[in-house]
Amino acid sequence: MIDHLPILQVIVPLLAAPICLILREAQLVRWFTLIASVFAFVISVLLLQQVQAHGTLIYSLGGWDAPIGIEYRIDQLNAYLLILVTSISSVALLAAGTSLQKELTERKETYFYVAYLLCLAGLLGILTTGDAFNVFVFLEISSLASYTLIAMGRDRRSLWASYQYLIMGTIGATFILIGIGMMYMMTGTLNMYDLAERLPEVQQTKTVFTAFAFFMVGVCLKLALFPLHLWLPNAYAYAPSIATVFLAATATKVAIYVLLRFIFSVYGFEFSFSHLPLKEILVALGLMGIFAASIVAIYQNNIKRLFAYSSVAQIGYMILGLGIGSKTGLVATLLHLFNHALMKGAIFLALAGVVYRVGSVNIKAFAGLGKQMPWTMGAIVVGGLSLIGVPLTVGFVSKWYLVLALLESNWWPIAILVLVGSLLAVIYVWRLVEAAYFRPALQDSAPYKEAPLMILIPTWILVLANIYFGIDTSFTVGLSEQISASLFGVAK
Amino acid sequence: MNFLEQYNYWIVIVLMMSGFYIVIAHGNLIKKLIGLTVFQTSVFIMYISMSKVIGGTAPILNEAYKVYSNPLPHVLILTAIVVGVATTSLGLALAVRIKEAYGSVEEDVIQEKDLQQEGSQE
Amino acid sequence: MTFLKNSVSLLLNQQTIKRELLRSTVIEITINVILLALLTLTAISLAFTKDLFASVMLMGVYSLLSASFFVLMDAVDVAFTEAAVGAGISTILMLTVLAMAGRFENRALHHPRIALFVVIGTGIMLVFGTFDMPAFGDINAPVQTHVAPHYIQQSGAEIDIPNIVTSVLASYRGFDTFGEVVVVFTAVIGVLALLEMKSEEVRNSVAPAPMYQHKILRIVGKILIPPIMLFALYVQFHGEYGPGGGFQAGVIFSAAIILHAILFGVETTAKAISLPFVKVLAALGVLIYGSVGIVAMLNGGRFLEYNALAENAITGQHVGIIVIELGVGITVATAMMVIFLTFARRVGKSNGESA
Repeated sequence: MIDHLPILQVIVPLLAAPICLILREAQLVRWFTLIASVFAFVISVLLLQQVQAHGTLIYSLGGWDAPIGIEYRIDQLNAYLLILVTSISSVALLAAGTSLQKELTERKETYFYVAYLLCLAGLLGILTTGDAFNVFVFLEISSLASYTLIAMGRDRRSLWASYQYLIMGTIGATFILIGIGMMYMMTGTLNMYDLAERLPEVQQTKTVFTAFAFFMVGVCLKLALFPLHLWLPNAYAYAPSIATVFLAATATKVAIYVLLRFIFSVYGFEFSFSHLPLKEILVALGLMGIFAASIVAIYQNNIKRLFAYSSVAQIGYMILGLGIGSKTGLVATLLHLFNHALMKGAIFLALAGVVYRVGSVNIKAFAGLGKQMPWTMGAIVVGGLSLIGVPLTVGFVSKWYLVLALLESNWWPIAILVLVGSLLAVIYVWRLVEAAYFRPALQDSAPYKEAPLMILIPTWILVLANIYFGIDTSFTVGLSEQISASLFGVAK
Repeated sequence: MNFLEQYNYWIVIVLMMSGFYIVIAHGNLIKKLIGLTVFQTSVFIMYISMSKVIGGTAPILNEAYKVYSNPLPHVLILTAIVVGVATTSLGLALAVRIKEAYGSVEEDVIQEKDLQQEGSQE
Repeated sequence: MTFLKNSVSLLLNQQTIKRELLRSTVIEITINVILLALLTLTAISLAFTKDLFASVMLMGVYSLLSASFFVLMDAVDVAFTEAAVGAGISTILMLTVLAMAGRFENRALHHPRIALFVVIGTGIMLVFGTFDMPAFGDINAPVQTHVAPHYIQQSGAEIDIPNIVTSVLASYRGFDTFGEVVVVFTAVIGVLALLEMKSEEVRNSVAPAPMYQHKILRIVGKILIPPIMLFALYVQFHGEYGPGGGFQAGVIFSAAIILHAILFGVETTAKAISLPFVKVLAALGVLIYGSVGIVAMLNGGRFLEYNALAENAITGQHVGIIVIELGVGITVATAMMVIFLTFARRVGKSNGESA
């Protein structure tokens, strides 16, 4: 069975989805979904072991070797992200049963879980495949499922947010399709590694250049890079809490993976960074994203939307790291992928607890919650500190590497800007802390109870992970450095 | 002469861009989806154009023919058509729910109502 | 006319092309030019009309024209699908939604200048990209010389079915097709999650009047439904030899059911086909496809490696392809039925609320 791990990674959640529809009973489906997700997590851990022991794993689907058929190809980068996605998915599902009771009617719960599994399978499919067109197919599976998840929010604005996301997402996917088509036109192949071999021959052509541009714009729409982020804040703000946890922590990360894979493994570092002003573009957009989104976040009264804008800013940090174009810069990006998932996972899960008890995430509703819901608010505070980048949290580790990379390249003015950006995070996190701890509770309502255990436990799993990986960085930093070295190694 | 070589692709670009224009310029949610369909269908035309071999025939093996057009883009576009209709139906379902919730399928009316709602909450 | 001369002189340069081939090629190119001109006309008039009903019709026309274009480009399977899906299913879904959302766009365009600017910029970028593209129809283009020749030359020996598109779709790139089936399934879940109504809501709703009272429609429709279903089965099982396969068959089969619903009312049809059961079938189709892959794994092959399904590799391929096509057909047919009926029922809800 060990041989089949790469495909099992995807088909376990993929086949669990239709089975869930047949099972129908919400209770049953809930457990089944959780088991499928945990199983996927176990597979991803085994995969990482296999990759560390034997190097890149290749699995030819249908027994047809690439480029004739489609192949799955898993190296450290894939395995790293697979672990990230499946672990966050499993933790979020722990809280799903309780949280959804308040946010969905029972009849729709089954559909929620089916869509969730399909979204998970779609993301995992993107992460495992070595075929450019297969990326498009699984991208659409995950996208369609996430539009559904978002539209299931209680507020009618979730519908509008989902529609906007659908339009932007489909434009992005169509751009990606145009890009893949032009690459295929010039090389005759769809396999990423075959493409990497055949592209250098034609890399001076205008067609390949256009293909690269369209593919990148399409992916950047998906990963909500400033200024293509407009769909994200409302989508995260009005989706059911569990959907927000899952999507905020994973979906944009997978899009960044696609970006990295095509920049480094398909086009090659040299083409991407030497022939094009990609470095300047990425750094500029990253910085603009950090500042614009952080400033907008400060003025938000809806706390879910506040942290959604903060996500756009954090994507800016990741893109900035990539834009530096050095090994350390890439390490910073890879670290922040993982760390940001932990922070936002913890924060949005805690907010799920607030929604469960209070029913609102407006900043006014937070008055006095610091005393009434100490564990929930504690989680948000730790997550917030991590966002700011305080030592002993994961946020510090990734910021440290980012600043290190900037200083290595003698880009100290930008390093200063990054630190100023962190100060903006202090402001928006402080607004929340001030409301929760220093304002008296509203008189007219009975005090709220602490969030239910089934939400608190997964929240604190992620909070402790924030602290653990902030102190013991051997796993994340070690792996990121290996990945970064191998990505640059391939390129040179 | 060159004109003929790239003629198909240039027309395809005009088609794609009319679809793209409808998506971003029109405010009616259903019209946007129509634009999206046109945009995607035009990309299909690009793929199918590249598969064609002049003097070739449909890729169904037959002893009478030797030259076949490339079957691979056909397969890709079959998949893409299905993806397209799936997206359209989901988009339409959202439009129906939006109509029920907001009483309109016009972008600016919806945004106005959202602003009012946010204003009244604060 | 100068254009025709150009095309003839271009072809004369390629001396390898025989005379009779030349004549047919000129005809092909002429039709190509006309079709593309019509497509452009349709797309541009779409941008200007404010009548959504007209827009939907134009969209259907656009689909049919592109289907004709695909035939010209030798992509018969794609043409078949585009005609069934683009001109058929999409159009009818759009019309159903128009019944709820109203017929006219009543607002001005949004920042038409900025939109035009973005669109023209994107277009210029794309035109820039065409300058180094291989010439249209060139047999030496990279797409014709790498990977594709394997399918054309070897699929006869490796899979042994005449339709190469089916070979690639079902076997060489069978996993993409699996993904495609899952996409359809995802759409079903999305539509159900958004639009499915509780049973009491269904009871309170006023279903749109069926066309039962139109005698000619009813009789012609009744006569048509069985042959449509029969044709769907033919397309399903003939996909290995000619254009067709599970996807097209599924769409055609669902068309018969949709026709039934239009003639006899949504609720009659929903009862006749038992909607909850049909939902299960949609899931089952995906599982059938997946289980072929798993059986192959249990037999010592890779996922979807049909060679492992039987003693003889070719037999294995045939068995695998027939079963997965069946899975595709089931999921697509039931998915389209569920999606259409869910939309149509919802029309009844808005009727019920206004009544």
